Amino acid sequence: MTEENQAAETDQPEGDDGSDEVPPPADSSEETEASPEPSEGTGAFGEGEGDEAPPEEPPEDPLESLACVKAVRAFLGDEVEEVTSFTGGADEVSMTVPAGRVRALCAHLKAEHGFNYLSDLCGVHYPEREKPFEVVYQLFALNRSERLRLKVRLADGEAAPSVVEVWRTADWLEREAYDMFGIEFEGHPDLRRILLPEDWEGFPLRKDYPIRGDGFGLTWVERQIPSTSRPMTERK
Amino acid sequence: MVQASPQPERIVPQTEELVVNMGPQHPSTHGVLRVILQLDGEIVRHTECEIGYLHRGVEKIGENLNYGQFVPYTDRTDYVASPSNNLGYVEAVEKLLELDVPIRAHYIRVITAELARISSHLLWLGTHALDIGAMTVFLYCFRDREKILDLFEVAYGARLTVHSFRVGGVYEDPAQQFFLDCERFVREFPRAMYDYEDLLTENRIWKARTRGVATLSAEDAIDLGASGPILRASGVAFDVRKAEPYAAYDDFDFTVPVGKNGDIYDRYLVRLEEMRQSCYIIEQAVADLPTGKTMARVPRTMKPKEGDVYHRIEGPKGELGYYLVSDGTDRPFRLRIRPPSFVNLQTLPLLLKDQLVADAVAAIGSIDIVLGEVDR
Amino acid sequence: MGIVEHRFQENILTTTLDYLVGWARKSALWPMTFGLACCAIEMMASGASRYDFDRFGIIFRATPRQSDVMIVAGTVTYKMAPVVRKVYDQMPEPRWVISMGSCSTAGGPFNTYSTLQGVDQVVPVDIYISGCPPRPEALMWGVLKLQEKIQQEKFLRA
Repeated sequence: MTEENQAAETDQPEGDDGSDEVPPPADSSEETEASPEPSEGTGAFGEGEGDEAPPEEPPEDPLESLACVKAVRAFLGDEVEEVTSFTGGADEVSMTVPAGRVRALCAHLKAEHGFNYLSDLCGVHYPEREKPFEVVYQLFALNRSERLRLKVRLADGEAAPSVVEVWRTADWLEREAYDMFGIEFEGHPDLRRILLPEDWEGFPLRKDYPIRGDGFGLTWVERQIPSTSRPMTERK
Repeated sequence: MVQASPQPERIVPQTEELVVNMGPQHPSTHGVLRVILQLDGEIVRHTECEIGYLHRGVEKIGENLNYGQFVPYTDRTDYVASPSNNLGYVEAVEKLLELDVPIRAHYIRVITAELARISSHLLWLGTHALDIGAMTVFLYCFRDREKILDLFEVAYGARLTVHSFRVGGVYEDPAQQFFLDCERFVREFPRAMYDYEDLLTENRIWKARTRGVATLSAEDAIDLGASGPILRASGVAFDVRKAEPYAAYDDFDFTVPVGKNGDIYDRYLVRLEEMRQSCYIIEQAVADLPTGKTMARVPRTMKPKEGDVYHRIEGPKGELGYYLVSDGTDRPFRLRIRPPSFVNLQTLPLLLKDQLVADAVAAIGSIDIVLGEVDR
Repeated sequence: MGIVEHRFQENILTTTLDYLVGWARKSALWPMTFGLACCAIEMMASGASRYDFDRFGIIFRATPRQSDVMIVAGTVTYKMAPVVRKVYDQMPEPRWVISMGSCSTAGGPFNTYSTLQGVDQVVPVDIYISGCPPRPEALMWGVLKLQEKIQQEKFLRA
């Protein structure tokens, strides 16, 4: 798969300089095959497999020269799975990092690099990937107005570390991700449903949940309304 | 000789904390919000909010409609200032499609979004004052708000859920009368604002109920992710229109009011001043309105490249963000709305900590939440 | 006989009990504020300066115990449905329900897993007003129609 991409590699300024990084190979290559990967527009591309042979000197990747990307690489080294940006510039830069390291990375970015504001945290469900769930963090450095997006991929049933201790914003946002996708956050003080009733079954924003529901809703309502106050079918 | 009678034994009452439920049907929770207060006498020790009573599954709907069809649903999230929501969403889609919107459309969008901001703040002021007890302000605010709704009706056909913008611009160039009416509105509105100021700003009762109440420090505000007037009232000078300008905002000259103490009174002053600044922006926009097209060339079926964008605007309540993931088809793969009210509402337990229960209503009002946005 | 005749003519009227009670009930309809979503804003606008509702004798009461009519304004979700029913049960008779807007009439544009497709699945509705949101004039029209309906009700029911 990466072979095909090498042909197109020259027009991708996207950084996966084969030099030092060897990201977890198994998942990333399988993921890129089937999933709608955020990319520069040439379809799913292989991220940083060190086995490709770049032509002589890879062109200086504009994304890699960004301060935030350098900061993350300095902290994580070669564990960074992917770096993309939809516009190719600094405003949509997005980095995929391993789940186990995201809490430490966030704490580091907040303490050392000024990313003191968490704009958003949400989940996404990619059913065809091997690791179908993704948690997306939108970080923001208030003083420099700089944004960074972090993504974490999770297998079904795998829990993500909670970042509530880093930013208290994440409290309700993680509860919502749990409510809608079933993603558990380990270390969250109070992980329960927030938008749907607490005894609801099913996770609506997963792709296999029908938009009109699976009939659970009306039975839930029926259970709540006591039989002595069933709606009247006709008025006198 | 008088003998002192034996003192009766002092009775020390045994107290325990009382749990009081507020909502979801309540006149001052501004929608279907349920707040559970744990009280020690009159002091609130612990607060819990229960939301979700208006969860309609808007994000799931977004995955089943194409990009253009979803715009009316954005009206109904923050239904008080619907053009703002439209703006955030269509700009996010335009980023995905890499479209260039004509400059005249940008100006019209700015005018409409600022009118929406004024309308939202007026509604906030009216209901907040009504909750605290100042009933006249409610009627005055709605009187002025009706003028803005008339403007929306003239330009876009609807009063409240306006669907004002399309992906690529504005559907129809509003008639020249709309701009003249806008100009007249911003000329007359500052006079109406004197009414509110006269009634409230130096009012002893208003000050007693709002100064020093429900204070939020800057560090807490940033840590909890607050945005918009709440963040600015706590002293953090952050406004997306200045920090990351979008839609021609960098063409205009305006200031962003910042408060000092982070209490309810400061939030009130910040919003009042924002209304004035919005008038100023509209005045500049109408005066310098460029000519030209109002709609870019947009393909009939919009199929953006694969990728994801996060676009944010400064809505009247705070940072309104849209995270769109595209898989190359004409429907979004994931449509996430980052609602400012949802994140701002998280500050409520902190605002109410060790405050009197009578301030709960004022505090909830001062956050300015819209449940359509909180629950989606 | 001469004392009473022709002395109180202008001040006596004869009518039916049904008419009198109907007139009294319809002229002082006190709705309960049950604003759920966007329609609530239009309901507030109808009660405010321009489209004053007070001239119809309508005073919004926050408590169901003192209200006659419940205007369900906005989307009713499954989570909210038991609350709607509970509040309806707390209203004393005679009581009516106006379903304002498309969401409470039929679910509106939200045909999803969490939205009740019409509040008449949990409470009996008397008047349906469509619109998204209905203009204040439409809401007033609905209330006037309810007044007509109330006028026609029989007080002493067989």
